[in-house]
Amino acid sequence: MVTALADVRRARRIAEQVPDPELPMLTLADLGVLREVRMTPEGTVVADLTPTYSGCPAMSEMRAEVFARLTGAGYERVEVRTVLDPPWTTDWITSEGRRKLAEHGIAPPGPAPRPAPGPVPLVLSPRREAVCCPRCGSTDTEETSRFGATSCKALWRCRACREPFEHVKEI
Amino acid sequence: MSDDHVYLSLAEGHEDGDARWAFGTGFEDPLYGVSTAVPEDVDPADLAACCLALGDDALVTAQRLAEWTTRAPELEEEVALANIGLDLLGQARLLYARCGQVDGTGRGEDAYAYFRDADDFRSVRLAELPNGDFAFSMARLLVLSAWRLAHFERLAASRDPVLAAVAAKGVKELTYHRQYAAEWVVRLGDGTAESHRRMQAGLDRVMPYVGELFAAYDAAEAVLAVLRQVGEAATLSLPAVPEAAAGSGREGEHTEHLAVLLADLQSVARAHPEATW
Repeated sequence: MVTALADVRRARRIAEQVPDPELPMLTLADLGVLREVRMTPEGTVVADLTPTYSGCPAMSEMRAEVFARLTGAGYERVEVRTVLDPPWTTDWITSEGRRKLAEHGIAPPGPAPRPAPGPVPLVLSPRREAVCCPRCGSTDTEETSRFGATSCKALWRCRACREPFEHVKEI
Repeated sequence: MSDDHVYLSLAEGHEDGDARWAFGTGFEDPLYGVSTAVPEDVDPADLAACCLALGDDALVTAQRLAEWTTRAPELEEEVALANIGLDLLGQARLLYARCGQVDGTGRGEDAYAYFRDADDFRSVRLAELPNGDFAFSMARLLVLSAWRLAHFERLAASRDPVLAAVAAKGVKELTYHRQYAAEWVVRLGDGTAESHRRMQAGLDRVMPYVGELFAAYDAAEAVLAVLRQVGEAATLSLPAVPEAAAGSGREGEHTEHLAVLLADLQSVARAHPEATW
């Protein structure tokens, strides 16, 4: 029993260290995509992943990498499952993950918005929501486009140091 | 690079002959590991029809959005439209996978996307109309995303747990899509005389097709509330919603544009039906 427990802990540590293919400074654990690692009574290691966006093209790569690392570490029976419910939210990015994002020039997300029924927010001037510039720390920043190089990022610029930067948008 | 075959060469130099850099990961089912069971009080035929229609709407819309790539007014808009299309493509994949589990055929996502003809598609005709003017594309995206968002909000409480989870995820994405389209409608409608004229023309062209959406799921109240709010801010006049015209994409009756769109979308898969990627 003790061995089994140690074994599942080891498997979890291995899966947790898998980097995200598109934000390689983050692990799948930092990103909150790895939900659980457990061992069935039959000895199969089961890892649960929750996709960030419905169309995230990195999903199959994440599954392949978790599978490869666990089998490479000697686990013979490995299953990487998709878990859709509850849906992923940027609130699941760990504080360690947020620190690493900022360190690499990507502004981490604020709290995810709650679903708000009612009128469509119509803000035509550049959004300015006190996102901290990851370079100089100024909050005098503005959004240039809500969509960026990957599904999870928006394009921003700093009005103080004039640097453009990416921001993981809240979802 | 000892081999003449470019993909085999790519696979070289990776530990254990790992070929996924060249050939993909081999994981094809976007619902892998999700329980395939259908609750007892859910009719599998109804569930399959719902997933198919929503999957087809998403795939056809994603294809039209992708056509803006290299043609959009600005690079940022191109990136935005491609991102929105990618979200919808992801929704289509999940919905097709669920459809294949419950319609009794066991088909995978590719069978739905690549190996059906226009008559078999259940998407609304509004989705397949050519992109035309950017203003028309924005009016269409506003209507389609407002309707889909209203429908998904409802489906998030579906008795089928897979459809409910797909919808709950989609709600977050569609909220961004609707806002993007709404802001462009206001920007163009309340812009110059020329942009106003073209935005009004785009909206006028969309409205005759709206009834087909409401026949499938009656979100008329929610969608028209959005159109009234956005239309007012955009100084546009809202055309009346005409009675749904005869025939419907939901019954496989399409305009001539869908077959052309599909010929483009399906050409590679049909030329190499045994290929894997």
